[in-house]
Amino acid sequence: MSAIAELQSLSKTKGRKAPAKDNKAAHIFLIPWTIGLFLVTLGPMAMSLYLAFTDYNLLQSPEFTGFANIERMLDDQRLHNSLRVTFTYVLVGVPLQLAVALGVAILLDRGMRGLSFYRSVFYLPSMLGSSVAIAVLWKQIFGTTGLVNQMLDLIGIQGIGWISDPNTSLGSLILLNVWTFGSPMVIFLAGLRQVPAMYYEAASIDGASKWRQFRSITLPMISPIIFFNLVLQIIGAFQNFTQAFIVSNGSGGPADSTMFFTLYLYQQGFKQFDMGYASAMAWLLVLIVGAFTAVNFFVSKYWVFYDD
Amino acid sequence: MRTPFRSVVKHALLILAAGVMIYPLLWMVASSFRPNDLIFREAGLVISQVDWNNYPNGWDALSEPFSKYLMNSAILVLGCILGNLVSCSMAAYAFARLDFKFKKIMFVLMLMTIMLPIHVIIVPQYVMFSQIGWVNTFWPIIVPKLLATDGFFIFLMIQFIRGIPKDMDEAARIDGAGHPRIFLQVILPLMVPALATTAIFTFIWTWSDFFTSLIYLTNPSNYTVQVALNAFIDSTGESNWGALFAMSIVTLIPVFLAFLFGQKYLVKGIATTGIK
Repeated sequence: MSAIAELQSLSKTKGRKAPAKDNKAAHIFLIPWTIGLFLVTLGPMAMSLYLAFTDYNLLQSPEFTGFANIERMLDDQRLHNSLRVTFTYVLVGVPLQLAVALGVAILLDRGMRGLSFYRSVFYLPSMLGSSVAIAVLWKQIFGTTGLVNQMLDLIGIQGIGWISDPNTSLGSLILLNVWTFGSPMVIFLAGLRQVPAMYYEAASIDGASKWRQFRSITLPMISPIIFFNLVLQIIGAFQNFTQAFIVSNGSGGPADSTMFFTLYLYQQGFKQFDMGYASAMAWLLVLIVGAFTAVNFFVSKYWVFYDD
Repeated sequence: MRTPFRSVVKHALLILAAGVMIYPLLWMVASSFRPNDLIFREAGLVISQVDWNNYPNGWDALSEPFSKYLMNSAILVLGCILGNLVSCSMAAYAFARLDFKFKKIMFVLMLMTIMLPIHVIIVPQYVMFSQIGWVNTFWPIIVPKLLATDGFFIFLMIQFIRGIPKDMDEAARIDGAGHPRIFLQVILPLMVPALATTAIFTFIWTWSDFFTSLIYLTNPSNYTVQVALNAFIDSTGESNWGALFAMSIVTLIPVFLAFLFGQKYLVKGIATTGIK
């Protein structure tokens, strides 16, 4: 069961008290985790919530300003733009990436020739993808004299500066996200393997077309996995930073077209040292990611099927 | 129906797709051996004029030789691997095998941390670590791993331990072994595949991490390879693609090797945290 399925089932069952016979041993085993939870996660979360209502530049102590940061967020056009950019990236990039991942996973039949070769080649980019080197590569590929334009030149088409044109720069980053479809693909592959072959056999005997089998057997059977990938990829996509940073030299340009929310947060917090505002932004991000996840969980009741 | 024709079409399609997928990487390798002016003219993989200088030039382009940054990244990666292995396996044992008070709520908290954006804790963490003088040291990145903050790996290990028959530890308990001994002598040796998976993922993710090292490691002598590459772009990169590609390749090689040798574990890790 995935972490997400586990969360779903936990939220359904009513709390039953554990027998609690290993309290002492458990405390010992959980010492690092408990310290980490309070010192590295919950503590900073509480402090960040407080800082969100302050003006703080790291040198002077935080000054409580009430809702000033929130009012500023409401008026901040660059922030609104960064939300637009990020939403576009999430809402276009994630479905596209998952569709490709699922499509390729379905093409890769169990026991087919060269399966492990194909899987490796498709999986590799998603392992390399988050590093600076790949962003550097992308910057060149979609540059004015880059690989894409060289190829277009061969067939006589005059390319444009994909990265330097605000209309296409975000598109190139979405494409980079699609390119890293390998890890959701691996999860789809494992999921497809769980669908009993007899369902397909029975359906073929009944004369169901391949498309019909896909719609009526494959999709419902792997819906928990689609859901899992969807939730995780959305959460991940909201936090994309490296690629936007490298491709735009940290500026979010051209014309703020790659100013992702996290990049703007970094600029405010760690370039301007406007820590109060950055904290308020971080909480907005948590609320947005949380809302997306909650909606996902809620809607999942209508399209995700668990057979147990 | 499975016909030879369909199969040929399918393989042709897949090979084409695989080619498109890795072409940019191969082209980057080829370009790292090209003189700068040819990089912008040769879209193919054939290197018409080999320029060996990109590597030595890139290696010494910044204030420290690139070996220094490789070493920094290596230290960071080893520290994080060690931290994750020790702390996550302890937590996983407790969650998978022990009954204790508030287990359920702690478990839910642990699962939630997997989904928490790091941005909400990075500002206070930075404030905290800068106050104890840890900025420009590796501690802000390693210490959280020692404290089992990577819920993903705890969950992965829990899943794995759940698959180990309980008879094993019950037999040991009857023989008088306490939990520390059961953990160390029964469970840990059996969960080596899960530990390997954790080590390889930690390797790749820590090596590739840019955000936290960009924030904490601002002194050039502390740069990791990722931050060094970024600094490279700022100084000479735009005019020196050959050297930039060469150093990019240098930073990708360890990840590629980890992928190559750890692939079995990576696939399993991805699959087991995804579904049972």
